[in-house]
Amino acid sequence: MISDDLLPRETPVQLIDEHGTAVSDPRYAPPSTERLVEAYRALVQGRRVNDQCSALVRQGRLAVYPSSHGQEACQVAAALALGDDDWLFPTYRDSVAVIARSVDPAQSLVLLRGDWHSGYDPKEFHVAPQATPLATQLLHAVGFAHAATLRGEPTVVLAMCGDGATSEGDFHEAMNFAAVFHVPVVFFVQNNEFAISVPLSRQTAAPSLAHKAIGYGMPGERVDGNDVAALLAVLDTAVERARSGGGPSLVEAHTYRMQAHTNADDDTRYRAREAVQAWVERDPLTRMQAHLRGAGAIDDEAEAVFAAEAEQVATALREAMNAEPELDPEDLFRFVYAERTPQLESQWRMLRDELDRAAMAGTTAGATSPGATEGAR
Amino acid sequence: MTMLETRKSETAHPARPAPSGPPAPEASVLTMAGAINRALADELAADDSVLVFGEDVGALGGVFRVTDGLTARFGESRCFDTPLAESGIVGTAIGMAMNGMRPVVEMQFDAFAYPAFEQVVSHAAKMSNRTRGAVHLPMVIRIPFGGGIGGVEHHCDSSEAYYVHTPGLTVVCPATPQDAYTLLRAAIHHPDPVVFLEPKKLYWSKAPVDTTAPVDAAEIGRARVVREGTDATIVTYGASVGVALDAAAVAETEGRSIQVVDVRTLTPCDDATIFEAVRATGRAVVVAEAPGFASVASELAARIGEHCFTHLEAPVRRVTGFDTPFAPPKLERHYLPDVDRVLDAVDSLHWED
Ligand SMILES: Cc1ncc(C[n+]2csc(CCOP(=O)(O)OP(=O)(O)O)c2C)c(N)n1
Ligand SMILES: [Mg+2]
Repeated sequence: MISDDLLPRETPVQLIDEHGTAVSDPRYAPPSTERLVEAYRALVQGRRVNDQCSALVRQGRLAVYPSSHGQEACQVAAALALGDDDWLFPTYRDSVAVIARSVDPAQSLVLLRGDWHSGYDPKEFHVAPQATPLATQLLHAVGFAHAATLRGEPTVVLAMCGDGATSEGDFHEAMNFAAVFHVPVVFFVQNNEFAISVPLSRQTAAPSLAHKAIGYGMPGERVDGNDVAALLAVLDTAVERARSGGGPSLVEAHTYRMQAHTNADDDTRYRAREAVQAWVERDPLTRMQAHLRGAGAIDDEAEAVFAAEAEQVATALREAMNAEPELDPEDLFRFVYAERTPQLESQWRMLRDELDRAAMAGTTAGATSPGATEGAR
Repeated sequence: MTMLETRKSETAHPARPAPSGPPAPEASVLTMAGAINRALADELAADDSVLVFGEDVGALGGVFRVTDGLTARFGESRCFDTPLAESGIVGTAIGMAMNGMRPVVEMQFDAFAYPAFEQVVSHAAKMSNRTRGAVHLPMVIRIPFGGGIGGVEHHCDSSEAYYVHTPGLTVVCPATPQDAYTLLRAAIHHPDPVVFLEPKKLYWSKAPVDTTAPVDAAEIGRARVVREGTDATIVTYGASVGVALDAAAVAETEGRSIQVVDVRTLTPCDDATIFEAVRATGRAVVVAEAPGFASVASELAARIGEHCFTHLEAPVRRVTGFDTPFAPPKLERHYLPDVDRVLDAVDSLHWED
């Protein structure tokens, strides 16, 4: 293979500029207008989900929310680039992509509400649990894809991570395994320029993250992460390459984390407001809106429909999150092993006994105020 | 990503004064996070070879603000952000310690220290032994640990058993702002690698801290009786010290006098103080958040059983986390040892005979 083929471009691929004007590209054809309308509809929904979740966290209904506000084009494109039988390996920041893969929004938020560690059946939706320990899921994605190849299945796996996560050893190992075993994986890095407070310049001295690909013998591509058309075109190509036996590739999306890392973070401590403000003009929604309106593909009526749909999702989310879930403490012991060990069984009996005594004393088990304590005993 | 406050943390006990007697007049009131910050600043000021690095420790001042202001005060070469890689952080700290520095590195959360495990257990822990004492590694690995903060998965692990099980590591765990200050300074002066476990639940607990006493190396390896009592002894550490003290207060209203020992240093274990305390009361309960199987609590119970047998009126009891992954925030209250569970264990100590 000629190594030039593995190098990314100097500037990220862009098909629609900040003003919504189409840009022609020598390699990537623009997606069909129909597909772009579908993507725009998902963008509107994704933005609404992000903003609803941020509101829910302020109201104390979610434990934490790492928002992908401003990164919705990446989220939507990751989901739309895959076929039904393909798999997505997302991170904590990728709830919008998970929802766009048709996981019920309420189920997708179980982790962040704090009911359980993951709220959907990965096998039903072909979406791995959202990973918090950085870059670890990339290796799982590679193994998953390798198994698919060994089993003769046409599955493609798209594995997501952030710019910061590319510094972890697991990122390197995943890229290398994928290339050596030539597995059908697309590594999709959302470079949002920050890992909590640490800027990209502290993660790498490489010309770009996509340049890392050549070191493993796979192609790297850079794409405007706020241009859903370019993202779809580039990811479609990468997925197609993987599916047809062409092996793994790395796609780096240049985007920006518009909000703090999570609600618990204070980004005024480490970045200037002007820097954030500069990215407002590159918003992924407004540029698609301008483009599709200019092309006559959407009108006020279509926009109203999309907004109403998004509102419906937000309402469903709100209702689900405002209802207090019934949690069963026995779940703590149910899934640790395929079969509950005698030790876990006796630990559950101890807890059940405590709960029974507390119920009899008419108080809440686990309350630690002295009054409640004496009641429970 | 962090965390919500849950019911449990709202009922977190207020910080207690330092157990070492009334604070000196110079003492200022600090949170545990503030006390650790102060210890780091005092060491950075005292010794040019001390360095602080890790993830988000620079401009942000750490996700718990423990390193707040250190880069501004001491400069980017003394306190700096690294690329995001825990193995890289600990591995390079080892190299620095081999070459005359005293690195103090931060792991962001307990479970995010695991990528560094190889460097910690195979290299930091073994360098002195491998080189027949020619190369010591004076380094500190600070790890915010434990639950009680309503954190989502991977943010609440009690990982002490992994470190305590590794010969060559010194493992320290303060339970008060004063101890956090005193023990961290001693850890930075220590000739060998120290894993410094900071109970997250106690970061915002406040108490007077005397920062004027000279650094005392012997603080490492010293347990302390933090409440006197005559009927039974609770042996514990970290955030569970508060639970034990609360349980002792309730027991007192029921006519039972409970002594509480804060272990403070998990390795080396202060057998003498612990055994003396247990022998005096004849009954012992060990309390810790970590899963109980093959745990620090198990080791403490075994040592007490072996060495205090003839003084014991009842088998040593353990109150620990369940042998399950740490619970999600909404089930956390069922998981963590609480006052009721500790008192149930105390009740079971063969009082009738
Ligand atoms: C192994 C590991 N170390 C540290 C953390 C704590 N942490 C959570 S998110 C984060 C920053 C990640 O940045 P990046 O990969 O760029 O993703 P982003 O949050 O920007 O989407 C850190 C340090 C973690 N989750 N896992
Ligand atoms: Mg990032």
